[in-house]
Amino acid sequence: MSLIRKSAAELGALLGAGEVSAVEVAQAHLDRVAEIDGKVHAFLHVAAESALAQARAIDERRAKGERLGPLAGVPIAHKDVFTTSDMPTTAGSKILQGWRPPYDATVTRRLREAGLVILGKTNLDEFAMGSSTENSAFGPTRNPWDLTRVPGGSSGGSSAAVAAYAAPLSTGTDTGGSIRQPAAVTGIVGMKPTYGGSSRYGLIAFASSLDTPGPFARNVLDAALLHEAFSGHDPMDSTSIDAPVPGVVEAAKRADIAGLRVGVVREFDSEGFQAGVVARFHETVELLESLGAKVVELSCPSFTTALPAYYLIAPSECSSNLARFDAMRYGLRVGDDGERSAEEVMAMTRAAGFGPEVKRRIMLGTYALSSGYYDAYYGQAQKVRTLIARDFEAAFHQVDVLISPTTPTTAFPIGERVDDPMAMYLADLCTIPANLAGNAAISIPCGLADEDGLPVGLQIMAPVLGDDRCYRVGAALETALESRWGGPLLSKAPAL
Amino acid sequence: MSTETLMAYDEALERFEPVLGMEVHVELGTASKMFCGCRAEFGGAPNTQVCPVCLALPGSLPVANEKAIESTIRIGLALNCSIASWCRFARKNYFYPDMPKNYQISQYDEPLCTDGYLDVEVDGRIVRVEIERVHLEEDTGKSTHVGGATGRIQGADHSIVDYNRAGIPLVEIVTRPIEGTDRLAPEIARAYVAELRELMRALGVSDVRMEEGSLRCDVNVSLMPRGTSTWGTRTETKNVNSLRSVERAVRHEIERQGAILADGGRIIQETRHFHEDTGATTAGRSKEEAQDYRYFPEPDLVPIAPDPEWVESLRSGLPELPRVRRGRLQEEWGASDLDMRSMHNADAIDLVEATVAAGAAPADARKWWMGELARRANEAGSALVELAITPVQVARVCAMVAEGAVNDKLARQVLEGVLAGEGGPDEVVERRGLRVVSDEGELSAIIDQVIADNAAAADKVRGGKVAAVGALVGGVMKASRGKADAGRARELILAKLGVSE
Repeated sequence: MSLIRKSAAELGALLGAGEVSAVEVAQAHLDRVAEIDGKVHAFLHVAAESALAQARAIDERRAKGERLGPLAGVPIAHKDVFTTSDMPTTAGSKILQGWRPPYDATVTRRLREAGLVILGKTNLDEFAMGSSTENSAFGPTRNPWDLTRVPGGSSGGSSAAVAAYAAPLSTGTDTGGSIRQPAAVTGIVGMKPTYGGSSRYGLIAFASSLDTPGPFARNVLDAALLHEAFSGHDPMDSTSIDAPVPGVVEAAKRADIAGLRVGVVREFDSEGFQAGVVARFHETVELLESLGAKVVELSCPSFTTALPAYYLIAPSECSSNLARFDAMRYGLRVGDDGERSAEEVMAMTRAAGFGPEVKRRIMLGTYALSSGYYDAYYGQAQKVRTLIARDFEAAFHQVDVLISPTTPTTAFPIGERVDDPMAMYLADLCTIPANLAGNAAISIPCGLADEDGLPVGLQIMAPVLGDDRCYRVGAALETALESRWGGPLLSKAPAL
Repeated sequence: MSTETLMAYDEALERFEPVLGMEVHVELGTASKMFCGCRAEFGGAPNTQVCPVCLALPGSLPVANEKAIESTIRIGLALNCSIASWCRFARKNYFYPDMPKNYQISQYDEPLCTDGYLDVEVDGRIVRVEIERVHLEEDTGKSTHVGGATGRIQGADHSIVDYNRAGIPLVEIVTRPIEGTDRLAPEIARAYVAELRELMRALGVSDVRMEEGSLRCDVNVSLMPRGTSTWGTRTETKNVNSLRSVERAVRHEIERQGAILADGGRIIQETRHFHEDTGATTAGRSKEEAQDYRYFPEPDLVPIAPDPEWVESLRSGLPELPRVRRGRLQEEWGASDLDMRSMHNADAIDLVEATVAAGAAPADARKWWMGELARRANEAGSALVELAITPVQVARVCAMVAEGAVNDKLARQVLEGVLAGEGGPDEVVERRGLRVVSDEGELSAIIDQVIADNAAAADKVRGGKVAAVGALVGGVMKASRGKADAGRARELILAKLGVSE
């Protein structure tokens, strides 16, 4: 089997045993990127030279007999919303085109410390706002299963890179579903850790109270390995949780679910969902029961109000977070002819630098926070958030995990929803509650929809700091599903 | 602005009653900034004390400075406030180039400290100023507008921004409306700021230098016609950078608003700027086209929930408050009200206290600081504390006088030498040869010479006109260049002339 088809854990083992060098592994993946990225456009920046240099450094350290971590020398694609001191960081926006951050995000730093080889930066919806990666200022990414369809978003470059075997691992950020939804529609694993479980320092903010960095991989164990590598307390992020990282790798290896209590969220079952998605979901529920889990249906009534609450809270925070892009200190500057005032230059730069979806959300948020509207919009949305957290709490008194389809549909065609924001927003219907409550949630592949042959994702939601449960259940299901399929789902994807 | 009419202060007070409100910003003297590790010192080369956080680079996040939270709680406790058991920072959103994030992290409806008071003394009368809130926020950068006539952004060619100040912890102290000040409004406003400044110093939380902007004051003034009880529209005067300016700004607003109201006009709710040179205020931004700051709780920071036990330990660790301390010192020193007030006004209390602590008698310490040294500070146009002499050195001079080693005249020369950088008092005495002549042989020889040179005066004394001895003593002092002990010289002259008193 070629190097690019191997899992991160396998590559780590081969590298550790000296059977392959990090340079060979990096080169194989860089070759793959060169081969397919003209079609997929997963990357905004490919850092071939620095990747090979990093790989060489790992090989040298290993040659000296240094004991390195399980992912040392394994390549990774990094979402272009994390700052990197040696690569441009754009957040998918023209307003940051050409900007070189002087510092590494905590996640970036921890990737380096784990010896991961960063191949480059992946495409995303501008400032992580979107569900299709079509909002990138640098053109859309295509779904490796069907190049006419979206790879999900906002972390669509990262999901496509992993699904296209350009990297065994990638990073994402999940504010309303931006890891789980792209994972679902590209047939891979994507995890949103507990809010505060992974550091936001150096993650260019969309909505501070929701943004959560997390891993993408082609299997559950790989996702857990990456999760463990970059998570944990960071004194640079006040909202980071000062507690040990849940034992996610151990949970992924344990993979047993006998006696597990599983709750099916009634509100996210069938109505308005694609038939193929519903069919795969119900099959998975039956599979869980056959594996010894106790499945109950339960109601989380406030989940139906999560979407509107999210579309008040996230834009409100973004309207403030994006105020700093004002042409004064970095990034794009438009109209500075020596005559125009600072205010005019700011306005012209923002008009030229931000795309339509970003502007839409800035305006929504500015309105929602305005004096006289605050209580009715932002204030009310915060109350909904509390209700959602209570629904989760009540549910987790009865069950260990909650499940739902990750998204209502499979990957939709590029261009289909760009003029219909409401249709686009519905892609995150099932994923948003976990963001509003800060819970852990994972998406794993659970089959192909009959009508279009495209991947369907299963979402497993766990309590705050119950990240290990996502991996335990995910890994057990993965084993059962793959034995039914006769191999990984991704092996059914057409060749690129 | 030159055409503006003012109403005479007395007339304005006859017709209207002023209501004051004070907003004071204090920059805390913490080692690092409010939300990052940058140094918070004043005066570094522009943009050298900055990092990704205080420059608001994409992805950076704030982490609250615990020492600043502690200082704010101590200020709140010293101002008799309640301390919130749980509160949050909030974002105040507005665009301005000197504010890197284009929002300021501040506090909105959940301030750290609320409902306190500060008693101030004016003309022997105690006025209680009620404090509405004390909250913690971050300072902005500093803009310099180049090329315009006014130094303001309007009309400037370009502006330059120094972000060293951006993110320095700033405490805002807001009073409730202060009513019933009557004609003492300007003095009360000044006394409040002065007392607050002293309190900050006693707490050791800030260097409170108004001229460097580490204490900044906004003065709100409104007038209501006598006999009514509805407050008038207020103006907010900014840029008031000295105690004297506080007083002048209030007085000017009373005179200006009085003239407008008496003329049937209406006061515009606006920000005004105080001008040191003219003592006048001019209109700034109008608050009627009110900015909407779109406050919301800061999602990048966790709430502040001070442990009540910790708050109590801060309370019990508060220093003696300035007014209490002044009362105690007055008693210990046996000083009059007038003496205390003049020492207070001259910022001499700390200096006198330190001088007494170094061994000087309180009366002597006060005499030198409020006399010779105050005169010299005045000549140099500087504050007493800036003089190049320490309380320990002044105490040493007091001791020399008490021992009779120097007299007052020589002591003044010793002080002059110390101020001129010639060394400590003992060194100056040594170098300048200022010790009183106590060697009887040397003194006797000088006297013999003076008697010989002033035969006529000596004869008068011999003839019983003892008063004429003054001329001879004067001659001895002159010949000894002031170093003789005048009393002893007089005794010896009389003895030599065979006269007894």
